[in-house]
Amino acid sequence: MTMDPSRINVILATDCGSTTTKAILIEKINGEYRQTHRGEAPTTVEAPFDDVTLGVLNAAQEVGELAGRRLVDDAGRLIRPATAREGCDIYISTSSAGGGLQMMVAGVVRKMTGESAERAALGAGAIVMDVIASNDKRLPHEQIERIRQLRPDMILLSGGIDGGTKTHVVELAELIAAADPRPRLGSGYLLPVIYAGNKDAVAEATDELVGKTQLFVVDNIRPVLERENLGPAREKIHELFMEHVMAQAPGYRKLMEWTDAPIAPTPAAVGAILKRVAEEEGINAVGVDIGGATTDVFSVFDGVFNRTVSANLGMSYSISNVLAEATLPLVMRWSPLPMDERDLRNRVKNKMVRPTTIPQTLPELMFEQAIAKEALRLAFLHHKSFATTLKGVQQQRTIGDAFAQSASGETIVDMMKLNLLVASGGVLSHAPRMHQTAMMLIDAFAPEGVTRLAKDSIFMMPHLGVLAEVLPHAATEVFKKDCLIYLGTVAAPRGQGKEGRECFSYALERQNGEIAEGTLRVGDVKLLELGPGEEARLRCNPARGFDFGRGGGAAIESAVWGGAVGLLLDARGRPLEIARDEKSRLASLKNWINEWRVYPDAGLEE
Amino acid sequence: MAHTYTPGLKVAARHLLRRRRILPLKGDVLVRVGQTVQPDDVVARTELPGAAELCNVATLLNVEPAELPSRMLNMVGDFVAEGQVIARSKSLFGLFKSQAAAKMSGTIEKINAVTGQVLLRGPSEPVEAKAYISGTVIEIIEREGCVVETWGAFVQGIFGIGGEANGPLVLAGDSRSRRLTPELLVPEMAGKIVVGGGRATAEALRRAIELGVRGVVAGGFDDKDLRDFLGYDLGVAITGGEKLGLTLIVTEGFGDIDMAAKTYDLLAANVGKLACVNGATQIRAGVIRPEVIVPGPAPAGAAAAPDAAPAGLTVGSQVRAIRVPYFGRIGVVSALPAEPRVLESGSRARVLEVDFGGGEKAIIPRANVELIED
Repeated sequence: MTMDPSRINVILATDCGSTTTKAILIEKINGEYRQTHRGEAPTTVEAPFDDVTLGVLNAAQEVGELAGRRLVDDAGRLIRPATAREGCDIYISTSSAGGGLQMMVAGVVRKMTGESAERAALGAGAIVMDVIASNDKRLPHEQIERIRQLRPDMILLSGGIDGGTKTHVVELAELIAAADPRPRLGSGYLLPVIYAGNKDAVAEATDELVGKTQLFVVDNIRPVLERENLGPAREKIHELFMEHVMAQAPGYRKLMEWTDAPIAPTPAAVGAILKRVAEEEGINAVGVDIGGATTDVFSVFDGVFNRTVSANLGMSYSISNVLAEATLPLVMRWSPLPMDERDLRNRVKNKMVRPTTIPQTLPELMFEQAIAKEALRLAFLHHKSFATTLKGVQQQRTIGDAFAQSASGETIVDMMKLNLLVASGGVLSHAPRMHQTAMMLIDAFAPEGVTRLAKDSIFMMPHLGVLAEVLPHAATEVFKKDCLIYLGTVAAPRGQGKEGRECFSYALERQNGEIAEGTLRVGDVKLLELGPGEEARLRCNPARGFDFGRGGGAAIESAVWGGAVGLLLDARGRPLEIARDEKSRLASLKNWINEWRVYPDAGLEE
Repeated sequence: MAHTYTPGLKVAARHLLRRRRILPLKGDVLVRVGQTVQPDDVVARTELPGAAELCNVATLLNVEPAELPSRMLNMVGDFVAEGQVIARSKSLFGLFKSQAAAKMSGTIEKINAVTGQVLLRGPSEPVEAKAYISGTVIEIIEREGCVVETWGAFVQGIFGIGGEANGPLVLAGDSRSRRLTPELLVPEMAGKIVVGGGRATAEALRRAIELGVRGVVAGGFDDKDLRDFLGYDLGVAITGGEKLGLTLIVTEGFGDIDMAAKTYDLLAANVGKLACVNGATQIRAGVIRPEVIVPGPAPAGAAAAPDAAPAGLTVGSQVRAIRVPYFGRIGVVSALPAEPRVLESGSRARVLEVDFGGGEKAIIPRANVELIED
């Protein structure tokens, strides 16, 4: 659905995240669309509000006050159409307000189909709240009580090999139907159940579940005892979450009535805009949008687009899960200040229980950015496991190795071939210094070779993604002029070596003919000035064992682009490893932070 | 702009509460509308068929299945105890005996002369839904349960573990800041809901379990203790199913935090009264918070009206800081500047000025306070 741009002068767009609702105003100025103001307010999915539209009105009021334009009337309605001082012509929105994905899985035998189902759900980025199995020693009413109490977002039902006995899996379907599961996000929405069991029992399972749940049938995750086929179930979970579950929230139906275009799930909107950029420029690109409950990663390599939603990696509701999954030592390795474990754990939990708070002090900011690096790193690992050369490959297994599933297919994500890395989401978009955004991206994604870095200026990619559906011209115009801010370029060779040994020498030739030269030793980083809009030639001559994309020790010459940060040279090696010894770790980290001007000098003196 | 604020947790001396009490399976509702119930009253019940145990008795006796009925010592409908001999055979002029014993206590449901199996059915198990709170039944959900309503003191916690419990409220310690440690717990607290002041230690919780305390309400708790206590790192805040032997309700947050004066005073004013607690917490869209309910009589002339809409954040509002460096402190909003300010972290954010009393004022991001409602 597209609209006539001649009649649209003022656009209000919101993105309802799990924690914050972000509103932007786009206005036609001198014949071109520009993003003019932004406002935000806490998302109102908790008591006493329980209605996502209240957060929308609050954010709209804020943006309206800043713009000097009244957007909400006294009755709490958005004013439309726009006049000189009031209202907007269209209102559009994206949503990821529903938060993370928490599932229950069911299988006949706990150690066989139950575990396969659990692996499929975990592989899709879900948290498995419980595994219901015919042999889990709980009585049916206890299992039913558990389903009701936990209020899962989705249930994966598996059990039985194809052609085998049907009784147990049908009994499980009966059990789920008896639980009459009520989704946590309100009435008028049936709980999705994915059936991935014995194909001969589909009819019976359907009889039990249809009408009480929203049933989807995929291939059996265990078609024969020795073969596991997780792909179809995993992909269906992922798709359902992204397309249906995460956008849901209390008040969602009301919001649907307000918008002039269907509400897009946030990752679908961001993915659409990133894909468009990669296609237009003919480049390989990776984008990330880190939110409060989820982290979404998008990639385009050789024209192939992939997107993943890591449903329980995020900076507020899911922050404690980042710590649980990454483990404390891996988070702490990024902190330039020593921190007491007890204190750090309490801080994480306090953010989890009060998700809308923001860091007020510099140590708090450093600590959140350390966690963000791990959330991004884990989300990217998840993405790589999805973006593979082969889809739906079945894993042949013996009974003996039945419990050690590994991913199938090679990932198509090749960091050496990556041209552009784009950051979006609160902790990245709103970092007080662009240098912080650049360092979070580099530490988490470990780009190799020569890669350009950019960020979503004020977090508006979701809004533009949905705008592209109705006013493609306006979306492209705003994206090019107001959305992307180039941070600069990072150059980093693949390979590892002994600290202090030569890593690579470089020569940067600017457009005015000026040349900056130098050598970096293993473990060094350096920042060279290269401003926004500037382009230069970079020659790198790596030492033996280091590779810029042409093979170990082979020199390269590449165009590099400046930005708000500049040219970041990184001789820390790939894979990126941090010293385990605390003294060396702190010394290295402080050195990198100072070289790349990440935090104010006084920040590390505590 | 006053609309943009974080609402605080509910702490009210008088609040109208309704709780839905439902069976996991269809069954019989045992109460009627208007009936007064107590927390442990069963409001609905169903019977779950007992566990079945199949035993191939013919094989154990080494006889043909068709011979099984004649070898049985008990018949269909007989109750047998675990280990009791239920069938016996003799061979070679009675010199060699074989026998089969019941694997569990139950009733013989079937003796199958075709397969040689005996089906034993254990005693049926009652499944019950209790009232959880004392109050009045206001609605019956046919074959499933009911809705119970009461007026009472109500404290919403920030985080909890463990399910429903009840008992008289008792104070441990002498102030809202006193850390809850094992020596404050005494055997007389068995069966009660113990209110601490500041942080509850892991040792105190272990001691409380030993003593048979049913619930602990404390200002704070350490995450490290939580991990040690649960045996795993809690990734997302979804709790309530833990079987730890007691229910824990944390009212303020993680770490060494005093219980808010309003909360402590309210609980202290209700010492000796029956309190109903539930630690179930789900912090995600569609949030569930842990709670303490002290049922009481309806205020004179009260109508069963829903809560008034929360008032917005204005100068003069009482707020609590919910993040360091002022975490846990309570003050009054003294200014609401419209323009965003640069924080110490370097971020720009909308802020407010809080007067903590004694001439101490601080600038805090609006996102880092929650409103304390009157």
